[in-house]
Amino acid sequence: MQLTGAEIVIRCLHEEKVEFVFGYPGGAVLNIYDAIFQQDGFKHILVRHEQAAVHAADAYARSTGKVGVALVTSGPGATNAVTGIATAYMDSIPMVVLSGQVPTPAIGQDAFQECDMVGITRPCVKHNFLVKDVKDLASTIKKAFYIAASGRPGPVVVDIPKDITAHTTKFEYPDSVQMRSYNPVLKGHSGQIKKALKLLLEAKRPMIYTGGGVVLGDAAELLTKLVRKLGYPMTNTLMGLGGYPATDKQCLGMLGMHGTLEANMAMQECDVLLAVGARFDDRVIGNPSHFFESSRKIIHIDVDPSSISKRVKVDVPIVGDVRSVLADMLELLSESDKTPNESALAAWWQKIDGWRGRNCLSYDRNSAIIKPQYVVEKLWEVTKGEAYVTSDVGQHQMWAAQYYKFDQPRRWLNSGGLGTMGVGLPYAMGAQFAHPNAQVACVTGEGSIQMNIQELSTCKQYHLPIKVILLNNRYLGMVRQWQEFFYENRYSESYMDSLPDFVKLAESYGHVGMQIDKSSDVEGALKEAFAMKDRFVFMDFITDQKENVFPMVPNGKGLSEIILAEDL
Amino acid sequence: MRHIISLLMENEAGALSRVAGLFSARAYNIESLTVAPTEDATLSRMTIVTSGSDEIIEQIIKQLNKLVDVVKVLDLNDGRFLERELMLVKVKATGAHREEMKRMSDIFRGRIIDVADGSYTIELTGSGSKLDAFLEAIDKSAILETVRTGASGIGRGDRILKV
Repeated sequence: MQLTGAEIVIRCLHEEKVEFVFGYPGGAVLNIYDAIFQQDGFKHILVRHEQAAVHAADAYARSTGKVGVALVTSGPGATNAVTGIATAYMDSIPMVVLSGQVPTPAIGQDAFQECDMVGITRPCVKHNFLVKDVKDLASTIKKAFYIAASGRPGPVVVDIPKDITAHTTKFEYPDSVQMRSYNPVLKGHSGQIKKALKLLLEAKRPMIYTGGGVVLGDAAELLTKLVRKLGYPMTNTLMGLGGYPATDKQCLGMLGMHGTLEANMAMQECDVLLAVGARFDDRVIGNPSHFFESSRKIIHIDVDPSSISKRVKVDVPIVGDVRSVLADMLELLSESDKTPNESALAAWWQKIDGWRGRNCLSYDRNSAIIKPQYVVEKLWEVTKGEAYVTSDVGQHQMWAAQYYKFDQPRRWLNSGGLGTMGVGLPYAMGAQFAHPNAQVACVTGEGSIQMNIQELSTCKQYHLPIKVILLNNRYLGMVRQWQEFFYENRYSESYMDSLPDFVKLAESYGHVGMQIDKSSDVEGALKEAFAMKDRFVFMDFITDQKENVFPMVPNGKGLSEIILAEDL
Repeated sequence: MRHIISLLMENEAGALSRVAGLFSARAYNIESLTVAPTEDATLSRMTIVTSGSDEIIEQIIKQLNKLVDVVKVLDLNDGRFLERELMLVKVKATGAHREEMKRMSDIFRGRIIDVADGSYTIELTGSGSKLDAFLEAIDKSAILETVRTGASGIGRGDRILKV
């Protein structure tokens, strides 16, 4: 039977068991939208801006581990999607973005709504395709899903000219993909794993540093087993939160620019470091030369060889899927007659407990003015630590990461790599669609929320019971903080003037709006909001304008040059 | 250090721009880049001349391998290899110059492939440094035009880059 290209797109998505397609129609994808109208295999979610479609698909992927799918039209639809694609690329999120293109004969003619999507997205995709023949369409989409989800995951763009969606051919969906040019290594080298384990067991001051790779690689359970069995301290990156229970005593909290004193000091002073699915980025280890002023042996497990020895030279590289390598390591450990050096470990823990005793995340809990940290702590309590929490980018993001203790993976959704303001609300949408009965909270700022505020309309259309936790300090807080520290209080363009009345704004979309301006009202308001299980609630918390994020490792400094709130 | 990297990639539209884009996006040096299909029409072979510290070269190789279209990558500098580049150079060939240019071309084992009243076009092959040496050796003011292909490289003996 002959199918049109548009029908083939739909059939491919059915074959991939896609549940949701986040998109926005337009000229070049009208044939595809007509085919969507006539199917019920997946649900199409109409957003209000293409950027939000891609972010929502990204969040669906982050919170489920499945490939997210977005559909946009050519030209401006495609360019609007680029920020979302780049965001997913930096955080290695599996996603397929289908973009319409002008008909093949019009390509290169500066046609209406034409842009070179393959060219524009090349630096921010794992791979992309322009489909030039309807016969290649099904196999290309199959490849796109395979590439997106395998190895180090990432977004893949498939650009489909309008005439291709009208041409017909026989539909055949390949069962599997064979590519001579793409074969990610999944199994770690057994010799290297042995070497790593020997080093780990001989350590006097061991440290385990884990990143987003643990979450993306579904390795949280194995990591937890390994960490508990060894009894070693561990830390998470911003992307790795939830990869190990944050409430466990072996977890030293997040590390890096706004990480805890204990995590950063242990990174600096350890003698053997096991890095798992993390990439030693600039926000994590600060200045690399300072990091190497104290010497340590480094073991690095990563599925992407190019992440190894990129910023930091490592001693034992292990290329492979984190889950597979950790499983092998655990097996070797159970067979080994060696055990960790108990007395050295006890001394190491004593040192760590000294740092921990400084209580670097303390703040004024008795303040009448709402402290942003307090709101996040109460959010954690009210949601029993089980919510899907999305954030935007800035101070509120760091507070959410520091004070919401994630015990499970895939619960914390934020733009770690690209740092995209505006992801919070669309991320919450993607997470709520994927988990309709779960509590979803979007911790945001008054700057970030306005970058995709139009999605309040999408939330209304689909009755999404998201809770927006706006930490409103009337400043672009992180910009203001840097201006305070490094630009002698010259607050250039960081004050957010002319804010809307967020309560009325939310109400105008049919949502519930609340404004909270007293500390004593915070807990009650949160309870009230989360009790409204079927309503979208927009909570505008008027917070302390001058609060800063601590601890802080200033840009370009070393981890042990960390500044605590009490130092100032 | 200067490195010559050979790679095989799928002969598909846009493949070249993925490699060129990678070098510009990550601020790697690129001295020359040549590409042409191989005896297997589905594969292109590319030779890239670049320079950088050992760490940078290691990253370049890894990043090239990461491109989905790239099938195989070989750093020729990891072993013994041959390097050849073709240059066409048009020089003034009048008066005393005419005999001198012929002689220099012979010394460098060049061939004169076009003769006009006032000029010769000389074809030269060799390593990049040999071509440089020729341009150094002749009178600069006699050079009218040069065109170089960029280096191609191949491993010696049984070092073979093939799928």
